[in-house]
Amino acid sequence: MAYSDKVVDHYNNPRNVGSFSKDTLGVGTGLVGAPECGDVMKLQIKVNLETGVIEDAKFKTFGCGSAIASSSLATEWLKGKTVDEAAKIKNTDIVNELKLPPVKIHCSVLAEDAIKAALADYKDKHGSEATTAASK
Amino acid sequence: MSLKFPIFMDAQSTTPCDPRVVEAMLPYFTEKFGHPASRNHPFGWEAEGAVDAGRGRLAKVIGARDPKELVFTSGGTESINLALKGVAEMYREKGNHIVTTVIEQRASLDVCKRLERQGFEVTAVPVQPDGLIDVDEIRRALTDKTILISVMFANNEIGTIQDIAAIGKLAKEKGIIFHTDATQAVGKIPIDVEAMGIDLLSSTAHLIYGPKGVGALYVRRKGPRVRIAPQMDGGGHERGMRSGTLPVPLIVGFGRAAEICGESMAEDNARIARMRDRLQDMILSSVDEAFLNGRPDRRLAGNLNISFAYVEGESVLMGLNRETALSSGSACTSSTLEPSYVIAALGASAELAHSSIRFSLHRFNTDEEVEYVGQRTIEVIKRLRDMSPLYELAKEGVDLKTIKWKAE
Repeated sequence: MAYSDKVVDHYNNPRNVGSFSKDTLGVGTGLVGAPECGDVMKLQIKVNLETGVIEDAKFKTFGCGSAIASSSLATEWLKGKTVDEAAKIKNTDIVNELKLPPVKIHCSVLAEDAIKAALADYKDKHGSEATTAASK
Repeated sequence: MSLKFPIFMDAQSTTPCDPRVVEAMLPYFTEKFGHPASRNHPFGWEAEGAVDAGRGRLAKVIGARDPKELVFTSGGTESINLALKGVAEMYREKGNHIVTTVIEQRASLDVCKRLERQGFEVTAVPVQPDGLIDVDEIRRALTDKTILISVMFANNEIGTIQDIAAIGKLAKEKGIIFHTDATQAVGKIPIDVEAMGIDLLSSTAHLIYGPKGVGALYVRRKGPRVRIAPQMDGGGHERGMRSGTLPVPLIVGFGRAAEICGESMAEDNARIARMRDRLQDMILSSVDEAFLNGRPDRRLAGNLNISFAYVEGESVLMGLNRETALSSGSACTSSTLEPSYVIAALGASAELAHSSIRFSLHRFNTDEEVEYVGQRTIEVIKRLRDMSPLYELAKEGVDLKTIKWKAE
């Protein structure tokens, strides 16, 4: 199977690989997938508690090239978005951008799950501060 | 010597034709184009002679007493289909039970599934963690309804060579027909269908530096005489077992390829195994948590199968595939998204089954290629581990089994 140029580019030059300490203020972590399924994504966001804007995002992924590309792309898109805007990213957006074939759609689904999990973790940890920031 | 890219180390999927094979084949496309079943003119006689010579060469490399015991087919898949379905149909009155193994190639597994739907019972015996089939497991699986034992000679993923002679002996003792899928073994290791008690043997040309599109099924004629129901009706070629005009150039090529393999087997194997061992040492000495699959001392010379923990097989191939052709047990590139069933059957975790890479070397690989592929593999594994959440967790001392994974 030939990969699209964008998948190859993200695989060869993944954006934002790495980790934040989970306990850092403003960090939300999502860990989704399962080793036995051949895909695990860890996606982290670092939110400015004052503005609610995602200032940085990082990922680490165990999976095929399309899984790596989907999570790499997700971190690019997350940066600069507010938490509410980030929640609107859909797996189909990732499919379209990376031109994923049908057998790789699950990679984009996993990336969307990772975004949702990171946002949920952020809200769990920072719910009160976030509300404060939004009401200012 | 400068490297030529891409480097091919996927010789258990196919091999390049040896130039000597191509040379032998060429006249049979043009001036020697006759139909071997044309009995009444020189074109036919010439073609028949060429087919007989090819048959004789192949017979020699598997130790068949009589070249007539070989039936030409279109390849390994057809040979396996003919053997399994042919026996099942012919001996149905006698019994409906077939014993095979869980590590057979897809063609065998799929034929067995079809036969099950037709009312046959199939027992697939498990494999030991080292890749070897325990002959006693086969013995225990036999019933008074068993008509066929089918076990592959050497595995396509891990290269493990089974104790075929012991299984042949068991089959003789019980009076059960024994088929072996020897597509990965013919021409690579010494085979003697007489000494090993093999009744049916499937082979293919393209894995031994011959052309694609031709294979053969050895069908024993004496002690016992094995009968198979034809699966292709027509002109009654190949003693009625497989109708269809014989592809003379391909048969000539198959014969020549088998002949060359027979002549250079010891030399080829020594050289290929030395390169394989170098590749294995390079990788295993530089990469932690890399696990060799299959029993090292009973392995095809060119085979090296390693599971790299914490990285997924397809992503490894993607890092290498511009310059090196390898293969992964993880069939993510097909539409199945399944981990390797062979590696999984060895008892490895599903994660390791997703992480297996097969290097399969061949006659034309060079030491320089081995150095290059070894080095690049090490680099790619390191890069992927740096972006693997599993590697990070493992390095933090987290036992991955304690995590509650949420599968999508």
